[in-house]
Amino acid sequence: MTTETLVPFNQALERYEPLIGLETHVELGTRTKMFCGCITTFGAEPNTHVCPVCLGLPGSLPVVNRMAIEYTIRIGLALNCTIATWCRFARKNYFYPDMPKNFQISQYDEPLCTDGYLDVTVDGQAIRVGIERVHLEEDTGKSLHVGGATGRIHGAEYSLVDYNRAGIPLVEIVTKPIEGTGAAAPEVARVYVTELRDLLRALGVSDVRMEEGSLRCDVNTSLSPRGSGVWGTRTETKNVNSLRSVERAVRSEIERQAAVLDGGGRVIQETRHFHEDSGRTTSGRSKEEAQDYRYFPEPDLVPVAPPADWVAQIRATLPEAPSKVRARLRAEWDVSEAEMDAIVNAGALDLVAQTVAAGASPADARKWWLGELARRANDAGLELADLPITPAQVARIAALVADGALNDRLARDVIDAVLAGEGDPDQVIAARGLAVVSDEGALNAAIDQAIAANPDVAAKVRDGKVAAAGPLVGAVMRATGGQADAARVRELILARLTQ
Amino acid sequence: MDLTRMTAAELSAALSKGEVSATEVTRAHLDRIAAVDDRVHAFLHVAEDKALAQAKEIDAERRQGTIRSPLAGVPVAVKDVFTTTGMPTTCGSRILEGWHPPYDATVTQRLKQAGAIILGKTNMDEFAMGSSTENSAYGPSRNPWNLDKIPGGSSGGSAAAVAAYEAPLAIGSDTGGSIRQPAAVCGIVGTKPTYGGSSRYGVIAFASSLDTPGPFGRTVLDTALLHEAISGHDPCDSTSIDAPVPPVVAAAREADVSGMRIGVVTELSGDGYQSGVLSRFAEAVEVLESLGAKVTEVSCPHFRYALPAYYLIAPSECSSNLARFDAMRYGLRTGDDGTRDAEEVMALTREAGFGAEVKRRIILGTYALSSGYYDAYYGKAQQVRTLIIRDFDAAFGQVDVLVSPSTPTTAFGIGERADDPIAMYLADLATIPSDLAGNAAISVPCGLAPEDGLPVGLQVMAPVLADDRLYRVAAAAEAAFTGRWGHPLLDEARGL
Repeated sequence: MTTETLVPFNQALERYEPLIGLETHVELGTRTKMFCGCITTFGAEPNTHVCPVCLGLPGSLPVVNRMAIEYTIRIGLALNCTIATWCRFARKNYFYPDMPKNFQISQYDEPLCTDGYLDVTVDGQAIRVGIERVHLEEDTGKSLHVGGATGRIHGAEYSLVDYNRAGIPLVEIVTKPIEGTGAAAPEVARVYVTELRDLLRALGVSDVRMEEGSLRCDVNTSLSPRGSGVWGTRTETKNVNSLRSVERAVRSEIERQAAVLDGGGRVIQETRHFHEDSGRTTSGRSKEEAQDYRYFPEPDLVPVAPPADWVAQIRATLPEAPSKVRARLRAEWDVSEAEMDAIVNAGALDLVAQTVAAGASPADARKWWLGELARRANDAGLELADLPITPAQVARIAALVADGALNDRLARDVIDAVLAGEGDPDQVIAARGLAVVSDEGALNAAIDQAIAANPDVAAKVRDGKVAAAGPLVGAVMRATGGQADAARVRELILARLTQ
Repeated sequence: MDLTRMTAAELSAALSKGEVSATEVTRAHLDRIAAVDDRVHAFLHVAEDKALAQAKEIDAERRQGTIRSPLAGVPVAVKDVFTTTGMPTTCGSRILEGWHPPYDATVTQRLKQAGAIILGKTNMDEFAMGSSTENSAYGPSRNPWNLDKIPGGSSGGSAAAVAAYEAPLAIGSDTGGSIRQPAAVCGIVGTKPTYGGSSRYGVIAFASSLDTPGPFGRTVLDTALLHEAISGHDPCDSTSIDAPVPPVVAAAREADVSGMRIGVVTELSGDGYQSGVLSRFAEAVEVLESLGAKVTEVSCPHFRYALPAYYLIAPSECSSNLARFDAMRYGLRTGDDGTRDAEEVMALTREAGFGAEVKRRIILGTYALSSGYYDAYYGKAQQVRTLIIRDFDAAFGQVDVLVSPSTPTTAFGIGERADDPIAMYLADLATIPSDLAGNAAISVPCGLAPEDGLPVGLQVMAPVLADDRLYRVAAAAEAAFTGRWGHPLLDEARGL
């Protein structure tokens, strides 16, 4: 791997205008594969979710999964696309060991959805990203190249192939070239993918997990010398596995291409690989001696002609767009743009909304999900949504705290117990006896003891130094095993000493 | 009573009367195979144990009063292009030598459900590419009329097995004539059903938009019985037609052409057709006319482009369909000695595993689909295909069926055309139009060419899903001819 020189981003932008485009692959969350009845669950024993069809055994034939067509139409409609009234699948021919048939059933010049757009906001500015096409294809198997330095097929000692993924429905969403974004290009790329991910999640068509590969992004970048009006050669960067990487990959390609052009060189049309560790891209296979995929209409399948009333039915079930949902909730919850971003970035939007719906105040819902629960998720290496606690349970805990039945420390204990599978908050409280001590007789006795044991402190408080009451509160809390409401204890102490 | 000389319909009747058992019938055919197949080489695999076990099961069922279908207990030979569990499936290729499919083709499944006894797998041109079985990696089959002649192809093994009384029925597949041409040159009956009328699931693909499974028999009625047994909608094949199976058996029994309008295709005669073929064909037309059919001449001007269009479309599809034979998952693997990468092993395997004709067509198709050539070749061929469909549509606006000779010549000699692909391709001149258009067609014997004493086939073509008309015409012709000859044509075969 040769290290190439880079031009600092700001300097690159002075001389060149970037043009970007994104190709996003999304594994659909259908129960079964694109052309057979094998289930699509992620993470199964290798080569257990396979059959003659997805293994491409001689004689086997594909049959289109209707649900995959429906999901693709959903995506197309949500992206404001035109839905084809008649289209075909095509074969994309190339040899690779993880492709069972050595051709991929895809769509070529007749995609299911065309010509749409997705509106995104970058730094408060609305940008309309044009969508060229949305088409449906089958995923390939997954290769594991063992031995060798790069983890790629060249230089590997041997390779293992898992065909569980082969035939999972894959939607490819291709943007039109995104022009005129200047220095914001890397951010536009990231925001677009983020918005697309949220939209796909809201549509319920995919679990859109970049880390599991159910959402994969290729980033096209080219540079035009400012004022030249001529577009440069583009590169396609793959292996971009997180939202942050999308932004970094664009930035790195701009810096690299600027260096090539500054040096009088020529950008080669090629596939490049992004490296998470270095933030750089390296050359993959060159597209100039590129494969000729010999596309032709898939003769094993009949054309897809979605009836207009079916498309209308699908349109009627589209959920509110995430950007609209966010604007609405931001107003309802009375939070700032930055606070909203924090909720969204934490993957907590739905959770907070559901917690509010279950009766919590927006402030409490945010506090628990972005604070305590975000910490737990982080420690456990889980997505917030994967924590074994429901919005209803969080709302109940918030309500118990608001009522004074729990203090924050006890609430954390309750959360621990719920996460450990001990049941609903009320069950946990009953089982563990975690309720706040609210018997004022018992509290008053503890307060008397505390005052007696700390006469100096009591004197200060009596003299009006209310802030000095801390050690007394602490003593009472210790005496009650932490099960008292600290705020109530403070109130009682102050009442006793200042009246 | 020689059980192997009986028709499927006769065997079916004898079985239901309890005059014979399925085991006896199966045993008789296995014995016949043992006696003659070293000379005919119709079979690549004889499933003796499985066939006898199946027969035993059918006999047991019959004793308990269960009769699965008219074909229960009747033996059938299956072309090696169909997947079969418990038997190898090679498609006539080295690249699949020893492959045991884990699933049954829909046709295989339906035969088993009908209780037909699968005797084994028949020889074929490698991947169904050829007209003589000489392209089989396992050596050619021979014509029971004359062992020095080809039995046709690509389903030559199936046709030879039926003509040699090794099986009363056989299954083939027709892509460019691969059922009708062997049927014609072996003096038996063979049908290419309407495309989509019989399922392709489990048929190892040559050209997906053309491949059509179909039946062989020694009589029109037998062929209809098998046709009916394997037909009908299959959800596993997207191109399968969801419509009732045309009443082919009833039509074969009626055998009535009075009042039918029959068109003789102008373009399917003349240059390139052997004189004895043309004279027998003319005689057949007269016979149909004498039976009350109204005969006219019909022109299908684009049929002359059918052969070149076919040799772009079929190789294009095959170049893609055969890409999966790459040594990675099944079949032959060559050169995997630890020093070569996957790509080299793929190349070496395909080099060693495919025969010359298969390679020729893969290269032809790869070229025809290439960027920059697609429109001129594959695209243009598809346009020709549309024009041929229109020719058929126009013709079927005027007549009920079309007729022609099934093949331009009678069986040629083994080795005679082996080095001349174009001469070989011409064997399918008359059969290809119906493959491109997807309509139904049959070949039925109409006599022997005087010059060589070899059988000639009459081809009848019917519109999509009007397969029953084929049987109506073919059965009427068969009855008239047999009456005239005084015996079935096959009685004159002297090769064995």
